[in-house]
Order: sequence, then C-alpha cells, then structure tokens
Amino acid sequence: MADVVIEAVGLTKVYQMGEVLVNALAGVDFRLSEGELVVLLGVSGSGKSTLLNILGGLDVPTSGTMSYRGQPLENADEPTLTRYRREHIGFVFQFYNLVPSLTARENVALVTDIAEDPMDPAEVMALVGLEDRMDHFPANLSGGEQQRVAIARAVAKRPDVLLCDEPTGALDFKTGRLVLSVLDRVNRELGTTTAIITHNAPIAAVADRVITLSGGLVKEETRNEKKLRPSEIVW
Amino acid sequence: MKALTQKLLRDLLLLKGQLVTIALVVACGVASYVAVVGTWRSLAGSCERYYEKQRMADVFATLERAPESTARRIEEIPGVGAVYTRVVERATFPFEGEAEAAAGIVVSLPERGAPPLNDVLLRSGRMPDPTRSDEILVSEPFANANHLRPGDMIPVVLDGRRHDMRIAGTGMSPEYVFVMSGAMMSNDDRRFGVFWMPRIALAAAFRMEGSYDDVVIRLRPGASERTVLASVHRLLEPYGGRGAVLREKQISNLMLQGELKQLNGMGVVVPAIFLAVAAFLLNVVLGRIVELQRGQIAVLKALGYTGGALAVHYLELMGIIVAAGSVVGVPLGVYVGERMTKMYVPYFRFPDLAFRLEPDLVAIAVLVSVGAASFGALRTVRSVAKLLPAEAMNPPAPPLYGASLGERLGLFKLFRMSARMVLRDVLRQPLRTAMASVGIGMAIAVLVLGMFSSDVIEYFMDVQFARGVRDDLNVQLARPVPASALDVFRSLPGVRRMEAERLVPVRFRNRHHVRDGSLTGKTPDAMLRRLVDVNGRVVAPPRGGMMLSRKLSEVLDVRVGELVDVDVLTGDRRKLRLPVTALVDDMMGLGATMDLDVLSATLGEERSYSSVYLLLDPQKSQGIERRLAQVPGIVGTGRRADVVAAFRKQTAESMLLFSAILTVFAAIISVGVVYNTARVSLSMRSRELASLRVLGFTRGEVSAILLGELAVSVLLAIPIGMPLGRFFAEAMMQGMDTEQFRMPILITARTYAYAVTIVVASATASALVVRRQLDRLDLVAVLKTRE
Repeated sequence: MADVVIEAVGLTKVYQMGEVLVNALAGVDFRLSEGELVVLLGVSGSGKSTLLNILGGLDVPTSGTMSYRGQPLENADEPTLTRYRREHIGFVFQFYNLVPSLTARENVALVTDIAEDPMDPAEVMALVGLEDRMDHFPANLSGGEQQRVAIARAVAKRPDVLLCDEPTGALDFKTGRLVLSVLDRVNRELGTTTAIITHNAPIAAVADRVITLSGGLVKEETRNEKKLRPSEIVW
Repeated sequence: MKALTQKLLRDLLLLKGQLVTIALVVACGVASYVAVVGTWRSLAGSCERYYEKQRMADVFATLERAPESTARRIEEIPGVGAVYTRVVERATFPFEGEAEAAAGIVVSLPERGAPPLNDVLLRSGRMPDPTRSDEILVSEPFANANHLRPGDMIPVVLDGRRHDMRIAGTGMSPEYVFVMSGAMMSNDDRRFGVFWMPRIALAAAFRMEGSYDDVVIRLRPGASERTVLASVHRLLEPYGGRGAVLREKQISNLMLQGELKQLNGMGVVVPAIFLAVAAFLLNVVLGRIVELQRGQIAVLKALGYTGGALAVHYLELMGIIVAAGSVVGVPLGVYVGERMTKMYVPYFRFPDLAFRLEPDLVAIAVLVSVGAASFGALRTVRSVAKLLPAEAMNPPAPPLYGASLGERLGLFKLFRMSARMVLRDVLRQPLRTAMASVGIGMAIAVLVLGMFSSDVIEYFMDVQFARGVRDDLNVQLARPVPASALDVFRSLPGVRRMEAERLVPVRFRNRHHVRDGSLTGKTPDAMLRRLVDVNGRVVAPPRGGMMLSRKLSEVLDVRVGELVDVDVLTGDRRKLRLPVTALVDDMMGLGATMDLDVLSATLGEERSYSSVYLLLDPQKSQGIERRLAQVPGIVGTGRRADVVAAFRKQTAESMLLFSAILTVFAAIISVGVVYNTARVSLSMRSRELASLRVLGFTRGEVSAILLGELAVSVLLAIPIGMPLGRFFAEAMMQGMDTEQFRMPILITARTYAYAVTIVVASATASALVVRRQLDRLDLVAVLKTRE
C-alpha cells in the first residue's frame, strides 16, 4: 500500500453563524495516499469545501486530528500553516484567482519565486498547453485558459498535494473537460497526489477513489475499478 | 426614518475610519482658515479702528528745526487736509539701581486740547497739565514692564539735563503700534518706550520754542501723494528736512502691514493645501464605495429611485464629512486663532487686540470646504447618476494591464514578481499614485513652511550677530565728535576694545529715484562692526567711492562705476556726487559704506565719529551704563546680548506654537492620505492578496505588496514635498519688505529631516493599522466570492 500523505481522524468543524451553530463537519475520517486522485463529491453545504480548507491548511478543525506525513497540523499556528501551504500544497480555485497585474508566465513565476525546487515556468505552461499564451495578462485569457494557468501555477512548485475546489465549476462542459484532462495529466505524469472537490457526479469517474460527503459526514467511499479518461466522460 | 437614510448611517458606521480621517483633514483646512484669516481680520480690524479713532496721519516728516510759521505753508500745499507740528526728541531714563538707562522717544502734546493727528489714547491716570513742565505721560507697555504707575516720579534726561517728573498717566498711540528701539528689529518694553510731554516744557528743554522738528499731515481724499511728498520735501529742505514718508513707509505701520501681508498669504496657502488633500481623498474613497455598491445602486434604481436621489445620497455622505470637519475645525481654529492673536499682543500694541470670530468667516470656511469636497465627489456622484441599472448589476470590467515602456525595455526583469505587481499597479494608475504622493508631499511642505522661518532667523542671527555685529555695547552720540573725544570711552573700566564709526543721514538720488538712508564711514581695521553679505562673507569697506547695498543700487537703478547724488541731511547739508565702486549683498536696510577718511575729506571735516562700539570684559565692566549716563552727548546705548535674547525669545515663542500645530496638521494629512489609499487598495485587492496567502505567501510578503505601493507614494512624496515647501516658503516671504530685510530662503537639512521623519512616521503608523486589517483577512470567504 502507498504511503499516506494526509490523514485526518474525527474532524469536526463548528461555525458560529450569528446565533446559530453550524456543524460543517461532524466527524470525518479521511486519508490521502501518495499519487492517488481522489474526488470529493457532495451537494452544496455537505462540508466538502470545509474539509478541503482544513486539509490545505486554510482553516483549523474544531476537534479531531490532521497530519501531513505524520506531522500533526490540527493545532498548528499561522506561520506553520503558511509554510505548509508554501512547501507542500497546490491550490486550484473555482474562480482561478489569478493576479490581474501579472502575465500568465508571471503568475506561475509568483510561485516558483518562493519554492525550493520549482519547475521551469515555460515547461509548466507547456504542460497545460498554453506555451503560446505565456505573455498574456489574465484579462486577455478565456476562463478555461485562466484555469489552466491557475493549475500551472499550483503545479509549478512540484507540490506534494494538489487541492482543487470546483475547478470546472465556472466553465462550460468542453472547457471543463479540457481542464480536467490537464489535472489528470499532472496526476499521471508528475505523480502529484490530487483531491478534487465537485458537486458534478460524472467527474467522479476519473478518480481512483470517490468519497461522498453529506451533512458533514462521509456517506460513501468507493474505489473505481476502471478509471475513465476525462475525454471519455460527459456531463 | 427613510430606508436610504438608514443605509447612509450604516455606511457611515462601516467606513468610520476612513470618514474620520478625511473629516480631520477638512477640520485642519477649516481650522487653519478660521485661525489665520481670523487673526488677520482681528489685527487689520484693530488697526483700522485704532487709526480711525486716533486720527492716524498719512504723511510723516522729520527735520532739524523750522519756525512754527512754516506750518501755514504746508497747509497751503494742494491736497493737504490737516497739519500738526510737533517736537519729537530722544531721552534717557536713568532709573535707580538699573545698570543701564532706559531710552525712549518723547513726543510733544499740544498746548490746548488733544493732538489733531496721531492722538494719544489715555490708558490710565490723566493727561499731563499743559502748563506744567514736570509731568509726563508714559507708554503703557513701558509702564507695565517697569512697574510704573500714575503718580510715580521718574528721572528723565532731556538734552543732557536731568529732570524729575511725575507720571500723569499712561497712554498709547497709533504711530507706535510697533516700537523699534535703535537700529535693531526688536522691541524691549523695559528699556525703550514712548513718552508724551506738554509742548512748552519739551520745547524749552531742547531750546525749540516756537519751532518744530516733526510734522504729521493728513491728506484730502484724492490728493496726489507723490506731489504732496515732493512739496513737503522742498518746503522743509532749508530747515534740515530729513524727508517725508507716506504712512505705508512709516516704520510702525510698515512692520504691521508686513505681518498682515504674510498672514494673508498664509490664510490662502495653508487652507488650500488641506482642502485640496480632502478633495483628493473624497474622490478616491467615494469612488471605491460606489464601485463596491454598484449592485446596490442597480437594485435601488430598478426599484424606482432616480439617479438624482442616489446622487444626493452619496452627496449627503460627503456633506456629513464636511459637517463633522467643520464642527471640529471651527472651535480648533478659534483656539489656535486666540493663541496666535495673543502672540502678537507684545509686539503690536493695540487698545483692543483680541481674536474676533465673525460669523461670515465661519460661513466662508464651511462653504469653501463644501466646494472643495464637492469637487472631489463630483466624478463619483455623476457616475452614480448615470449608471444604468442593467449595467450596474454586472461587476465592473476587470482591470486591464499592459506592458509599459520600461517593461518592453526589459527593465522589469530586474524585479521579483511581488515588486512587479507593485510597479504595475503604480503604473496602471499613475494619476492616483501621483495624487497620493502630492498629498503626502503637502504634509512635508506644510511642515517645512512651519519650520523654515526659524532656520532663516537662525541664519540671520548667525550672520548679523556672530560675524557682523561683534561689540558688546554700542553708544549712539547726539552729534559727531573728534577722535580726542573718544578717550573717555576707551578709558572706561572693562573696555577691552573700542571702535567708532561715522553715520551720516543722507538722501540718495539718481534721476527720479530717491531713497533716504545712511552713509557709514568705516575704518579698514574695524573688527567690531563688519559688513557681512548674505552668504556670511565679511566684506571690506571700499578704499574709494561708495559701496552700496545691492538693493539700494536696484532701487536707484545705478551700476558700479556710475555716480549717485547724495544729499547730506545734517550739518552744512552739502550736496555730493559720489561714485559707486562696489556692491554688497547685505541683508538689512538700504545702506552705503565709505572709508572713514574718504568720507571725512568729502564732508570737508576732520575725522569724526557718531557711534561708538565697545568690547567689554564682563567682570570689570559692571555698571558701565551708569557711568555712560554721566557722559554728555549720548543719545542711547544698546547691548548686543539684549537684542539677541529678545530675538530668540520672540522666535522661540512663535516657533513652539506653530511647529506643534503644524506637526499635528501634517500628521493628519499624511495619515489621511496613507490610511485611505491603503484601505481602498486593500478593498480592491483583497481577493488577490488572499490568493497569494493561500499560495503560501506569508503575511509579511503580502503586506509588502499592498504597502509597497504606498511606500512608492511616500518615497515620491519626499522629492515633491521638499521643493513644494520651499515654494510655499518663498511665497510667504514675498510679504516681506525687501528694502528693510532681505532674508535668504534658507531651509536646513534638519528642517527637511524633521518634516520627512514626521510624515514617514505617521504614514508608517497608518500603514501598520491597515496591515493589521490585512492580517485578519478571511482567506476562505474572500476566495468563495466572485469579484
């Protein structure tokens, strides 16, 4: 069995929303192993984003434990979490979140500037199929192109884990599938451990493992015997 | 309450930090206007009332002696309304126990009734009995400084003879609002005063019965001043006329008007600075608020609110800021104005000098602020009125960035990504960055403006008193004496060195240019009184011909090598024509210098002296003034140390007040600009900055990007603010009479450093406040929303 990269046990997260307490996570066990591609499925409010935020060091759990390669992170302070994100995690968001004042290549360089052993920005841009759009500013790129730049930016530092929050959520089907195939390629060619959040069930077919969340709990966990290529799925 | 009003109040609460800082800038503008213009009006108003009530004359002339009968002929000059002849003499007051005799000017009082011009205002006691010769009226400041009261007896030396006189009362006069003792620009109430005595007694003491040596004239409306002056001059010439001057050149009025002119300049410049900054801040902040509230505006328009109603809504926000600024600014201005006005009380003697707040002043201050703020809000409010609901529902177009020239040249390769972000943002909105820099630069300029005068005065003191005037005590003689008469000074105990000069009052003429001044005869080896130019260089007196003050040469329009007419105004009143052989860039007065021997030969007399300068041994020279009081023929004495001390006291007082106020004001500007631009940047870039945090950038790295833009503004502000401060300083110095003083615009590195330090410190403090807000940025929430 492959090494466990991230392991969470009994995670809970309670938010105070005005006078109401919201149990976003109600005791989730989760394990991400080296090199696998996991899809977290769930409807809006199921707790999947909260889980991803905790796994990515953007948030801390109310209770439970979370560790990265055996190093506990549930009580980590802000500088530790920043270092964790900086050294090990790559993020891809629904709305890309590129820096508008930097070109595509520079958005990637933003990360390679602060990484230990980064890839060459040009090489990553080629990996996402944008070698000829490198000097465009975000305002001059389509949504799909922007998302691929965002993936390149996340991948360029050779992260141990790639966390994607609804990466196709803002895109049409064709563009979304293109983005998905880039993620698949990164997972296969670079061996980057990847977790993708989506509410879009057909996407689960590209994963090694599918975890379905509901009401802050893991409702179901399945392993795909036969992983499909992104080009083979339809939604 | 209407829903829109409710929204207004909530917005106010939400934006309180920004609104408070802008309101404070407005408050500074209102306060500086109320304070400076209020002080100006108080001084000018006091002056006008005082001059009017006491019938201040229009023309002032002095002469040696003319028979009273000539007054008739002056009255006959076309344009002359009233003529009042007087005896005005110098006197000393050797008080018991005082090392040095006090000195003063004694002015005659008419035999009957009040003086028709330059009337004396009685402050306590009564007027002297015109038939008595032992009663005197003392100027109020002199009486207060020497603890004198009506009924007290004082010793008065008139023309070398001592009289014991009773103080009938105390008074003041419009021609002595500012009293200058001797040649130095300072006032010392304890040692120099103005006195009034009945004409009969004063004339008797100086053997001036039936004659006068001073005349003041009131002009008829529409009279030609130039013609009257020329006629008076011609008429008095045979009687030793020393020239006639208009009120504007009368020394007390000249000093007062100079100050008023400076205040007037400051009353325009300083409030304008604050209001310009406030307008800029409103522009930036309101612009951002509207950008954030596009959706709300669209909904409100869709619901049926008109563009006008919404424009008014945002104008109300601005109105509240101005109102808050005025509520703070007006009382602050009154407080500062009262302090400023009080500062003038020891220098300008008015019967009723107090800060007066006139309602229209407040109205003007508020209206001008509303105007400036509206100007700042104009762009935003117009865009609100014009925004179409459908358009407003969509987010604003994403910012477009492009490669700038520097980038195409490859300059950007030198910078890291974070630096590129800062630079691109600066270059994308160069106007905003420039405006912010100008705003912060204004803060530096305000400080420089507030502090430079002490630099100038320090320099002036150094040049004039450390290098030029080096005697401890100067003695002015009533008439020129030969060298043999100086032995008495040399032999006084404690005198380490004695030098003497000859000062001749003259009128310089070249074609139609005329100026009165003095011609000084110096010995080449003079050490105690040296000519020093504006750069502090000691200038040797010329061997032949005259060395003119450059300003005098400009006034007379003469160049080196040309001849100037010089009419001697004393003695045999000979008319000379002397060559100009050199010019000197001096800082005071309209003077001319010659070699003493050359001057004596020109005047056709033996070497003679009219001023004596002594270098003293502090231990052995105690009581020297008392000894000098016994020496006949002395008009007055002065100590360098007293002048220096008076100067220092005067500048220290005003500097302390001004530098404290302006430091606070400048800090308010720089906090206002930095805090608000930082808040707007944070609001516009929170998403971008949150993304960077998620990517693993530390808090420090992310704030460096946000605050880097501000750092650029602050850095640019330094080279903008320093020359701007100098420019304002120059504008303020325009008010100075250059025939009297020519101060170099000199701003020391210390002043610049102080200004920059205060501004950078307050900018840093406000940046740190914003940084704390940046640290609390909710990463998850920011990323979830679409811009």
